[in-house]
Amino acid sequence: MSALRRRLRGGVVPWLFLAAPLALLITFTYAPVANMVAYSFTDWDGLSPELNYVGTENYRDLFTRSELFEVFFVSGYYLAASAVQIVLALYFATVLSFNVRFRNLFKGILFFPYLVNGVAIGFVFLYFFQDGGTLDALFGLFGDEPDRAWLGDSASANTSLAGVSVWRFMGLNFVLFLGAIQSIPAELYEAAELDGANRWQQFRHIIAPGIRPVISLSVILAISGSLAVFEIPYIMTGGATGTETFVIQTVDLAFKFNKTGLASAAAVVLLLIVLAVTWVQRALVPDDKAGDLV
Amino acid sequence: MKGRALAGALLAAALATTAGCTGSGASSEKKEAKAVDDPDKVSGTIEVITHRTDLVEDGTMDEYAAEFRRTYPNVKVEFDGVTDYEGEVKTRMNSDDYGDVLMIPGTVKKNDYPRFFASLGKQAERSRKFRFTEYSTVDGEVYGLSIYGSIPGFVYNKRVWEEAGVTDWPTTPAEFLDDLKAVKDRTDAVPYYTNFKDGWPLAQWWPAHSSASCDERADVQVVEGDPFAEGGTVRTVDTLLYDIVDRGLAEKDPTTTNWEGSKPKIAKGEVATMFLGSWAVVQMRDAAEQAGTDPDDIGFMPFPHQVDGTFCAGLSPDYQQAVSIHSEHKEAARAWVDWFAEKSGYAEDNMNVSTLRDAPLPGVLAEYEKQNVELMELDQSRGAEMKELDDASEVGIDDPDYRQELVDIARGARGGSPDELFADLSKRWTGAAEELGYR
Repeated sequence: MSALRRRLRGGVVPWLFLAAPLALLITFTYAPVANMVAYSFTDWDGLSPELNYVGTENYRDLFTRSELFEVFFVSGYYLAASAVQIVLALYFATVLSFNVRFRNLFKGILFFPYLVNGVAIGFVFLYFFQDGGTLDALFGLFGDEPDRAWLGDSASANTSLAGVSVWRFMGLNFVLFLGAIQSIPAELYEAAELDGANRWQQFRHIIAPGIRPVISLSVILAISGSLAVFEIPYIMTGGATGTETFVIQTVDLAFKFNKTGLASAAAVVLLLIVLAVTWVQRALVPDDKAGDLV
Repeated sequence: MKGRALAGALLAAALATTAGCTGSGASSEKKEAKAVDDPDKVSGTIEVITHRTDLVEDGTMDEYAAEFRRTYPNVKVEFDGVTDYEGEVKTRMNSDDYGDVLMIPGTVKKNDYPRFFASLGKQAERSRKFRFTEYSTVDGEVYGLSIYGSIPGFVYNKRVWEEAGVTDWPTTPAEFLDDLKAVKDRTDAVPYYTNFKDGWPLAQWWPAHSSASCDERADVQVVEGDPFAEGGTVRTVDTLLYDIVDRGLAEKDPTTTNWEGSKPKIAKGEVATMFLGSWAVVQMRDAAEQAGTDPDDIGFMPFPHQVDGTFCAGLSPDYQQAVSIHSEHKEAARAWVDWFAEKSGYAEDNMNVSTLRDAPLPGVLAEYEKQNVELMELDQSRGAEMKELDDASEVGIDDPDYRQELVDIARGARGGSPDELFADLSKRWTGAAEELGYR
């Protein structure tokens, strides 16, 4: 009896604890994804009760229309911006991991943008880039009157939007890096200091290898983020003037042209692209040496 | 192995939930929301889903409801204002719960109306009293009733135009451009404001296409002909937009425009002209009152094109109110829909064209009556096809997207020429029409 009870408890209790998170995960993540995959094989318009199975036609449609993939050029801007973002975050995290005056204040300032709602950021930066707006005024302080439309042409608009994205997400990278850096045992720095290592050498040989998994994670997030940019361009330009991204295009297909089937297929393809890129990156730069340091 | 079995079970569960997710909001059975004979006998609480969040918040809608209750004392009306109306209501219509009264979202296919909405009666009978019934008629039954109609045209600041020496409405696009040039040369105002960033104000150019042909069958022609060919109606209208921007008559930086900010600008005369519709006049006049300028400075004029010496303007309905097929108080809902179009005074309050045929035109169109502008009700016999065609071709004929490209080309932010853009649109439009068998 007691043996049975123990076995029961051993088998059932963990599942009881898991039930709530699993239910949430299935309801709000896997079920919608399964739905989306299912829709991608239909011609559903998003509303009509009639939907027909069309096999792989949506995918064929997608891959025979090369113009649908041209929008990935825009992701290049965000990818470049992500590199800047990670380097900056790394720099600030390293500096602020040492004893600096007003350390917590700076931490707060750097992390703050990430807490602001993305829609609000879009609106704030619209004023920022306006003709005679904050940015122009800032240049004006230095006696320079640039008089240019920051969102006026494709290159300038994409650069500006990518800049907003850096401003917004650097805080997240920064906090991840800082947390990882602070988990490195203090003795290592002391030992290094005794050996006469300077700050750069400490960074190069202690910090960088110590937080490698976090850097690698940030890179993966940056790449998938760059491929799936949405909020900032959607709110600030609506995808006009050559700032359309793959996700905006997908949303347009689904909600403007009522091609939910085709849009679902596009979303599945984006998911596969992100998975493939991540896989390639993991294959090129494995981070199995993470545990080496400690 | 165990793990894999679990994953399989999860996937199965997920797929099982998929099955029942689509279009459960629709019903295959036709239903009718009957007219009410005795106002005292209808009762119930009805939920009205509306896009006018501003009117819900400032209590105007509640005032209409209070007025409604004087006739129908046992009906309580509650409002649900939705900001992203199209997107949110479309999603909600996949369930059974989408209020008792709602505005028909633009994305619902016309032939699906009987699945979602209760019939309001026969078209032959309804059309005697109301305008725009054809827009929601499927198999002779009407499913929606427009809250009001509107006509496309330029909202302009009369004082600025007079300062520039222009007092008569231009009658050709060329003349219109000359007049804008005069505004630019002789006043400090920006001659034309595109509202490019918000996008949807550019889509306001679409209904002007009927003015270019002055034909009640203009919408039918769009399906059967090529509106983007040289001399085509839509192209004629969009070319004026292109020329305005191309000649430097629009605002300096279109990419950071702001709709709310544009209202005081035109009220104060910092901006001279915008292409919108008669619905916008009331908003600009309100802005003028707030800015302390004269509301009567805000004028309204038709698209500059005349056929045999007269201007034309096509009437088009705003959102149409419909009764949900799942409503438990269809009679009360129907009473609200009819009352709102007939007696609420909503059209007058908004200085727009009433849905009632015998109602007088709003004061803002007095000048239209004086100049004998012909107001047309457009033939909607191919309305459903037009929507299908627009989706299939991904042109977005009533969307801002390609018009934004046109403006970008005009101001040199994008390569290409307008001819290339129109040729591409024309190819996609006629190609899709052929594929669907409409030509």
